[in-house]
Amino acid sequence: MGCNMKCDNCTKQATVHLTEIHNGKKMEKHLCEQCAAQNEGVPVKGHTPINELLTNFVLAHSGLQKETGAACEGCGITWAEFRQAGLFGCANDYTSFEKDLTPLLQRAHEGANHHVGKVPTRRGGTGVPMKKQIDVAKLRKELTKAIEGEDYERAAKVRDQIKQAEG
Amino acid sequence: MKLSDLTNHAGEWLRGNGPMSEIVISSRIRLARNVANYPFLSKCSRVQRTNLEHKVRDTILSAQISSETLYVDLEAAPDIDRQLLVERHLISKPHAQAEGARGVAVSKDESIAIMVNEEDHLRIQALRSGLQLEEAWDQINKIDDALESKLDYSFHPRFGYLTACPTNVGTGIRVSVMLHLPALKLTGEIEKVFRAAKDMRLAVRGLYGEGTEATGDFYQISNQTTLGKSEEEIISDFKHVVVPKIIDYEHHARKTLLNDRTTALDDKVCRALGILRAARLMASEETLFLLSHLRMGVNLGRIKDIDLQKINELFLLTQPAHLQKLKGKKLEGDLRRAARAEFIRERLNGQ
Repeated sequence: MGCNMKCDNCTKQATVHLTEIHNGKKMEKHLCEQCAAQNEGVPVKGHTPINELLTNFVLAHSGLQKETGAACEGCGITWAEFRQAGLFGCANDYTSFEKDLTPLLQRAHEGANHHVGKVPTRRGGTGVPMKKQIDVAKLRKELTKAIEGEDYERAAKVRDQIKQAEG
Repeated sequence: MKLSDLTNHAGEWLRGNGPMSEIVISSRIRLARNVANYPFLSKCSRVQRTNLEHKVRDTILSAQISSETLYVDLEAAPDIDRQLLVERHLISKPHAQAEGARGVAVSKDESIAIMVNEEDHLRIQALRSGLQLEEAWDQINKIDDALESKLDYSFHPRFGYLTACPTNVGTGIRVSVMLHLPALKLTGEIEKVFRAAKDMRLAVRGLYGEGTEATGDFYQISNQTTLGKSEEEIISDFKHVVVPKIIDYEHHARKTLLNDRTTALDDKVCRALGILRAARLMASEETLFLLSHLRMGVNLGRIKDIDLQKINELFLLTQPAHLQKLKGKKLEGDLRRAARAEFIRERLNGQ
């Protein structure tokens, strides 16, 4: 790609180079920053740090852009901020970003997205009585067992019980 | 109990007499816990962080987690003390280097250490000699119960124990074993371990955990999955699948060395002992390397007049902070290397 290429739309220097594929046909576009921002919605700022650029790019292409605006009511972080830092700001983030978080957890934890194991005996600030949590965890284990044992009748029953318990 | 009481001896877990201790140095379990109604640490204000540290410290000390518990305020502690705790595996490197209100509670035998305000509000650790994962779990589970009877933990019906980083969410458990695998390294088969670990979704790390390289043929193997598997399942996998497999590889490699490469093996071991007994300047990396070979020689019965505990202690006490504490002064460069060489000579010759 030439280094003094002109923008397709105006006379400024093209600094944004896009390759799009429409119906199997490759199309290249060369634009200046302003035209790119106007016409293609490419978020180009003056001195955008590379990690922010990449985050924006990934988000724009994964259809998550809408959610990134929503900040957690508890600590104020957004999903994009979490993705950058790798750390949540408060316990409420798990609820605020539950939808986005699920596929991530599945990748990190061999496909799992439900806790199995120890449960605290106190309410743990969740407001949910622990007894109920214990039951659900136990039921989930039963469900896995039933599916593994191909006992689908039992599995369906347990699944309904879980649904009921979770309200 | 004072921090200085720890300096001149090794913790319980380095006794070198636990099950399988010729290969398994130690078993460690840690639980990540957060206190409900406080933000995670990255979003805590200074005041919140300080309040939290006081609250958790008081809870730990009143829960009587052991007969005698030492609490170290890490914000106030000098660098050398924090470094000493890292060398003893009682706190992590990031915890030593962080800022703000934070601390660690340590039981007298060092089998329990609770970091306060690390990445999570609490990081509870149980550390034992050799392969003793179930014993470590029993101990840590009871301590977790005792703390939980006084603290509201952050818990979610679906996600389990909530942690600052979602890679720890669920059980919040990290099970790890520290393995000494010199024969696999010498026979060039250490890749086998990495492959096996990868297949079982386990992480392989160095002596000091995350971000450290394997030195002195020590490898730390730990679980990565914390969600969807119970604590008992994870521990059982380690005890019955992962560890036996790796021990088997190492045993096999040791047998090969003993049977087919006896002279080469003895050369490695005796050379290591000769240098350790004679050198006048010792760098820490060389020390690890030579002690590793010596340890293998003792385990394989090639050297009979030195016991494992002595070697384990040398691994610990020749580290920079320990050496400086023992000598009672700041030592750098050649002065430190000379002090290290002298200390090793004294321990290995004076029997």
